[in-house]
Amino acid sequence: MSLWTHIPGAFSTLAATGVDAGVVDIEMGRPLFLLIPALPALAALLCGLYWALGVKSKFPAWTTVAALAGSFAVTLVAYFEIAAPGLTHVVHGFRWINIAFGAAGGERMLFVADFSLYIDSLTVLWMLFVTGLATLIALYASEYMSDDVGPGYCRFFFAFSLFVVAMACLVMGDNLLMLFLGWEGVGLCSYLLIGYFFKKPSAVNAAKKAFVMNRIGDLGLMIGIMLAFLHFGSLRYEEIFAQVAILQQDGGDLAWTIKAIPYLLLVGAIGKSAQLPLFTWLPDAMEGPTPVSALIHAATMVTAGVYLVARMYPIFLLTPESLTLVAWIGGLTALVAATIGMAQYDIKRIMAYSTVSQLGFMFLGLGVLTSVGAAFHVFTHAFFKAALFLCCGAVMHGFAGQLDLRKLSGVQFMKGWGIVGVAMFVGCINLAGLPFTAGFFSKDMILAEAFTTPGFTALGVIALLTAGITAYYTFRVYFRVFLGPQHFEPGDELHGHDEHDHDDSHGDDGEAKTHDDGHAHDFHPHPPGWAINTVLVVLAVGSILAALAYVFPRETGGWVKGLISTSSAAGAAHHDHEASFFGLGDPHKVMYYVSGVIALVGIAIAWWLHLAGRTTAATSRADAIKQKIGPVGRWAERKWYFDEIYDFLFRYPLLIFSHIFYLFDKLVIDGLVDLFGRSPRSVGAGVRPTQSGGLQNYAMGMAGGLAFIIVVAWLVVWRMSS
Amino acid sequence: MDSLLTTSLTLAQDTRLEAFAGVTLYHYLFVSATMFSLGVIGFLSRRNLIIMFLCTEMMFQAAGIALIAFSRYWLNHTGEVFVIFVLTIAAAEAALALALVVYLFRRKSTLDADAWMELKG
Repeated sequence: MSLWTHIPGAFSTLAATGVDAGVVDIEMGRPLFLLIPALPALAALLCGLYWALGVKSKFPAWTTVAALAGSFAVTLVAYFEIAAPGLTHVVHGFRWINIAFGAAGGERMLFVADFSLYIDSLTVLWMLFVTGLATLIALYASEYMSDDVGPGYCRFFFAFSLFVVAMACLVMGDNLLMLFLGWEGVGLCSYLLIGYFFKKPSAVNAAKKAFVMNRIGDLGLMIGIMLAFLHFGSLRYEEIFAQVAILQQDGGDLAWTIKAIPYLLLVGAIGKSAQLPLFTWLPDAMEGPTPVSALIHAATMVTAGVYLVARMYPIFLLTPESLTLVAWIGGLTALVAATIGMAQYDIKRIMAYSTVSQLGFMFLGLGVLTSVGAAFHVFTHAFFKAALFLCCGAVMHGFAGQLDLRKLSGVQFMKGWGIVGVAMFVGCINLAGLPFTAGFFSKDMILAEAFTTPGFTALGVIALLTAGITAYYTFRVYFRVFLGPQHFEPGDELHGHDEHDHDDSHGDDGEAKTHDDGHAHDFHPHPPGWAINTVLVVLAVGSILAALAYVFPRETGGWVKGLISTSSAAGAAHHDHEASFFGLGDPHKVMYYVSGVIALVGIAIAWWLHLAGRTTAATSRADAIKQKIGPVGRWAERKWYFDEIYDFLFRYPLLIFSHIFYLFDKLVIDGLVDLFGRSPRSVGAGVRPTQSGGLQNYAMGMAGGLAFIIVVAWLVVWRMSS
Repeated sequence: MDSLLTTSLTLAQDTRLEAFAGVTLYHYLFVSATMFSLGVIGFLSRRNLIIMFLCTEMMFQAAGIALIAFSRYWLNHTGEVFVIFVLTIAAAEAALALALVVYLFRRKSTLDADAWMELKG
């Protein structure tokens, strides 16, 4: 079954010498859990079949919802059987890759990667919200995508199911190669779904951008996996963790190639989780349908980077400097993305930047050794961000693709939009970190730990600032779109994503042409139906209830903490109780007040600038401030010119090189080939006139040739005989 | 070359016909060469397909004369047999060639070889 079965007793000796936190008893799990990836795979197959049969109903959606719900149910079983008691099970699926190699007579090496599931509490935590949210969002999408019923509908749900399969491989695989399989699989599905509206050039470009930027990260991940195999002789988690535990016990200097592993894995995580400097693909990924944005680009796939770091935490702990890098990348990403989010007008893009920013918080949490905080934030974020996206999607669906917060106002009070407004409000207070919400608790764990960990105070301040900014831009959206005077302009297309030019000059002339009173004459927004409303209610309730996971059960210090502490991600958090928040006392306690106040200040600023005294949808007090700060505002609105810098550094040089190579190919390579092709032609062209068609000319040639031969022969004979 | 010319080229024949007693191989070869040259010149200078065809026949016969002469000179029959074969083939070929000429004439109503100049490479 693995390397260890071929070397009898190897694992037991390891276990005997290295009894450590990293080594846990592994039991064989029930094959039942293979259903978690198998059910969505079946749904994907069926959706492909529906496509082939030309099904024109909502059948693909119901199939997907049923399969995902089944998957969720099995995950619940896994929770109660494995995660809750704190066990670790390995479920063997089938032999995937098994290669023996090595010099003859020398050491024989085995490269084994099975399709097996490694189920521990970390796995189950992730799979719970992946399958749970996927079920809900598939239900939402059944209504949201209803305009595309037909081949597009089948295609959407095929990729949707396939995504869950890939995500299950990524999270549940028992070796790094299976993680990589899932990693690439979710990347593929992300590409397919971002480019769902493949007739729109912007969507196609966004899909390409996401794919290419992820490849950069994947290269790092791939090299990291190779190095891990080189050093640990296996890609299975249990064997890697066992050996890491030995290394940790032995202490001493590590080979630089081992030290490089966490950095390389981090490169992969940065790509997938949209951190600095590879984050620019995620906002563009909003070109995909909104359910996709909610599931893949907010709740699940982008947390794969966090999962990778959490899963490989023992390796990261071997080289603590790598975690410092994780923390700084996370903190800076959080700040940069939040500042960009402040200046955007497209509500979906604001949500995208807030996702990047919150992922930054999670990385910060991992970096400051609170894997519990990071995992808890992933968990709560999955709920409230999915809710926020789905609310934005409902608005977009109802107002014909309108996403510009300057063209929508007071949606909360329109008929039929109450549930959307309330769900949005719940999502916003969570994201803003209003006291006693789930987002508040999970963010606090990270913030407090940043101030507790020596040397990270600067990052803590950055994170606090970011939290304030987050509260501001979150409620900017809520106050602009959902509160205030009722007003709307429909978007320019149905259910697609509209392109806004984010120019300052945008506005008056464009509006004045078509809508004098701000309402389209023949357009009526259609409020969401039962499917969307049900999902929003469930998510809103879930977002609120997630806060309970911070408190209960009391004996483990919260539900997530209890789960994480029995998994490999249990970090040795160095609780420095001497630490103090600027002389005010234990950061863990002070942070509740500080971050609560900061959230309230952010919300108050948003209220003053965007709601108080606002009479139109398009303008607010913030416009005057934006005028004053001029270039700084533009700097943020233009995303810190990241895209332009990348264009300048990478895209244009590549373009220039490719032009040079194109010319080389055209002139030199093609020239050589053409030379061979053309030389027979030119010879032929030179000789062709001799084939004149005149019979006498040919005869003349023959006679002349004969005469020539005779003369030559005669001369030769004459010379020889004389 | 001089040695070749000084060698006796008298045909090995009996002396019954006095008139031919002085005839050497040279005379036959001269006639053959003349006929061949006339054939070549005719083929090159005339445009009429039938005349050109007749010129080729003349070249054939020139070769035949040379063969007979050599055959007589060496006193073996190979050349004569060869000429009989050539004549047979030439007869068949003449039938074929004349039929072709008739067809070509039907196409263009002329016997001018230049009428077929478009048959070029």
